[in-house]
Amino acid sequence: MRSRLSVIVVKRSYIMPEYVNNDPANLKWQCRRGMLELDLLLNNFIDNRVDTLTEDEKQVLLNLLTYPDQILLDLLLGNSVSSDHAIAALVDAIRSTRFTS
Amino acid sequence: MNTTTGQTVERRQFDTLIIGAGGGGLRAALKLAEADLNVAVVSKVFPTRSHTVAAQGGMNAALANVLPDNWHWHMFDTVKGSDYLGDQDAIEYMCRAAPKAVYELEHFGVPFSRLDNGKIYQRAFGGQSQNFGGDQAARTCAAADRTGHAILHSLYQQNIRARTHFFDEYFAVDLLRDDEGHVLGAVVFNIHDGQIVVIEAKTTLIATGGAGQLFKTTTNALINTGDGMGMAMRAGIPLQDMEFFQFHPTGIAGRGMLITEGARGEGGYLVNGEGERLMERYAPKAKDLASRDVVSRAIAIEIREGRGCGPNKDYVLLKLDHLGEAVIQKRLPGIRQTCITFLGIDPVEEPIPVFPTAHYTMGGIPTNRHGQVVVPVKDTPEEPVAGLYAAGECACVSVHGGNRLGGNSLLDILVFGRAAANHIIAYLKENKYHRKLSDEELARVVENARRYDRPKADGESVAELRRELKQVMEEHCGVFRNKDVLKEGVDKVEALAQRVKNIRIDDQSATFNTAKVEAYELENLIAVAQATVNSAFAREESRGAHSRIDFPERDDKAWMRHSLYSFEQGLDYKPVRTKPISVESFPPKPRVY
Ligand SMILES: Cc1cc2nc3c(=O)[nH]c(=O)nc-3n(C[C@H](O)[C@H](O)[C@H](O)COP(=O)(O)OP(=O)(O)OC[C@H]3O[C@@H](n4cnc5c(N)ncnc54)[C@H](O)[C@@H]3O)c2cc1C
Repeated sequence: MRSRLSVIVVKRSYIMPEYVNNDPANLKWQCRRGMLELDLLLNNFIDNRVDTLTEDEKQVLLNLLTYPDQILLDLLLGNSVSSDHAIAALVDAIRSTRFTS
Repeated sequence: MNTTTGQTVERRQFDTLIIGAGGGGLRAALKLAEADLNVAVVSKVFPTRSHTVAAQGGMNAALANVLPDNWHWHMFDTVKGSDYLGDQDAIEYMCRAAPKAVYELEHFGVPFSRLDNGKIYQRAFGGQSQNFGGDQAARTCAAADRTGHAILHSLYQQNIRARTHFFDEYFAVDLLRDDEGHVLGAVVFNIHDGQIVVIEAKTTLIATGGAGQLFKTTTNALINTGDGMGMAMRAGIPLQDMEFFQFHPTGIAGRGMLITEGARGEGGYLVNGEGERLMERYAPKAKDLASRDVVSRAIAIEIREGRGCGPNKDYVLLKLDHLGEAVIQKRLPGIRQTCITFLGIDPVEEPIPVFPTAHYTMGGIPTNRHGQVVVPVKDTPEEPVAGLYAAGECACVSVHGGNRLGGNSLLDILVFGRAAANHIIAYLKENKYHRKLSDEELARVVENARRYDRPKADGESVAELRRELKQVMEEHCGVFRNKDVLKEGVDKVEALAQRVKNIRIDDQSATFNTAKVEAYELENLIAVAQATVNSAFAREESRGAHSRIDFPERDDKAWMRHSLYSFEQGLDYKPVRTKPISVESFPPKPRVY
C-alpha cells in the first residue's frame, strides 16, 4: 500500500466559516458530508469520542472538518498522510475507533 | 413581521431561490447570477459538501475524442437504457447539449484528464455503443477519479465570483404558494441558531438531490433524504416514477458503499451460506459477470430463501482471497482499503459480506425539458406550476426512465440546471414583480415550520422511526418485489406515516439542533417512501430497475407510461413522450446487452 501514499501538506484550514466552533452539536453537523464513507467514519468518532476530547483536540478536529471531502477521504482511508502531526494523530484516532453501530 | 406566536420572522426577497447547492443547483445559480439576477442558494450543508462531490466515474458526452461517436448514438443508448420509459424529447435535448456542457466546465476550471494530443480523455462505460447498438463506445469524461469534486468546487468558486448569495447551513422546510397556485419561495431555518427566514422569490428551483437514505443499505450520504421531493408533495405536487430505484449488486453489507464490478471482473465470485457459487444457478454462462439487475436479484433470492451468510443469514460473500495478495493489491487497492477501514477485514484473507445497495433515484418531481415543474390539470397531463422549477436527481425530466446509465446523471444535473436557468431568465422578463404573499399563507408556513419547537414529553423517537423505515423499504421495496411483499410494504409504510405524526424531540436547544433537522428529514423520507412503495405495488410488469418476480416481462401495452403519486390523488398516470425534437423516435425493443 505504501506506493499509493502521498503526503498532504495542509497547514491552515481551507474555509473556516465564522459560525463554526467547538460546540459538540456544531461539530456533529460539520460531520454531515457529501460522501457516505466520511459520514460513517466521522459520526462514529463523534458519537463515541467527543466527550473525551480536550479543547485542543476539538480544535484540531474542527480544523480537519474544514478540509474538502475528497482530501478528507484520502486521509481517512489511509491513501495519504498529513504533514501536520496533530492532524495525522487525529486521523489515526478516527480510523481506529471501532464501529459501534 | 409578527406571526401568530408573536415572534419576529426575518423576510428576504430574491429574483430566484435555489434550494440545493449540488451540481444542479450551482449550475443554475451561476447562469442566473451572470444574467445579473439576484439569486439565493440555500443548502443544509456547506455547498462543497453536497453529494455531487462523491461522483468519481465521470460524465457522458459524445465528443468522439477516443472512438467515433455522436449525440444520436448517445441518445439511442439512453433511450434503450431507460427501457423506453425516458422522454425522448428531453433525452435528445440532453445528448445534444452534452459536449457544450463539458466545454463549459472546462472553461470554469474543471481539470479534465487528457490524451497525449491534448484532447479530453474519455473512458468506456457499460451501456455505451457506437452506431445504435454496435461496438463499445468511449463517452465518459473524467477528472481523474474525482470528477464530481472538481465540478462542485469549480462551480462554487464561479458562483462566489458571480456574487451568488449563499445561505449556508440553512434547512428548507416548505414551499410558499398563493391561492392561484404560484410558488412564491420557501420558509427555511438557520441550523446555527434555529431562526426562521421567509425567502420570497419570483421563481424557485428545487435541486435537493436524491433519496438513497430511504434504504438501509445505500451508497448515498446521510444528507440524501429527498427533502425537495417531500416539500413538493406537501405542496400538492405528485412524484413521478418513484418505483424506479437503481440498486448496485455489491454494496458492503450493513454499510452500503460500493464494491465495483471490477472485483468480479478480476475473478471474484459470490458464494451463499452453503458455500455454493450462487451465480452458476442464475446465469450459467455469464455467472458473476451477469448484468447488475440479474446479480442483485440472485443475491436477494438466496437471502429470502434462507441461504444467506452470517448469524442472521442476511448477506452473501464476495470471495477475492483466491486471487492472491499481489493481484488484489495491484488491481483492487481501493477495495482492499475500504474493507480494512470499514469491516476490519482484509479481502486477501477473508471474503467480503455484500448486499445490493441503493444507488440512484430515477424518479422525482415531474418537469419538462425547461426544468418547469409540471402537473396534470384536467385533461392536460403537463401543466407548468407557475414559478416552480426542479433539476438534478430530485427531478424527473425524464431522461433516465426506468434505469440510469452510468455517467448520465452528472450530465443531467448540468444540462437541466442550465436549461432551468434559461427558462427562469425568460420568465422573469415577463414577470418582473413579486406576487403578494398573504398573511394567512405566511402564518401557516411559519407556524408549520415551528412544529418541532414545542417540547413534548412523550412520542416516537426520530432515530427509531428512521431505522424502521429503512428496514421496511429494504425488505419490502428493494430488489425482490412481488405482490405480497409490496402490499405488506404499503401497509407498513402507512403505519409509519401515522406514527411520524407523533414525533418527540428531546433536544430543544436553538443552536445546531440536529434532532430537529432529522425530524424534518424523516417526514420527507416517509412521504417519498409512500410514493415509492405505492407506485411499485401498482406497476405490474418488470421494466428497468423495477423488477417484479410475479410479472417478469415488460408490458408496453399496459405500462409504457409514467406513474404519478400524490397525497391528494393517490396514483395517476401520464404518457411517455416518445417523440423527440428533431429526429425519428426509437420504438421499444427488447433490452438485451
Ligand atoms: C457514490 C456515488 C457515485 C456516483 N458517481 C457518479 C458518476 O461517476 N457519474 C454520474 O454521472 N453520476 C454519479 N453519481 C450520481 C450523481 O453524483 C448524483 O446524481 C448527482 O451528483 C446529484 O446532484 P444534484 O445536484 O441533483 O444533488 P446533490 O449533489 O445531492 O445536492 C443536493 C443539495 O441539496 C441540498 N439540500 C437537500 N435538502 C435540503 C434542504 N431541506 N434544505 C436545504 N438544502 C437542502 C444539499 O445540501 C445539497 O447542497 C454517483 C452517485 C453516488 C452515490
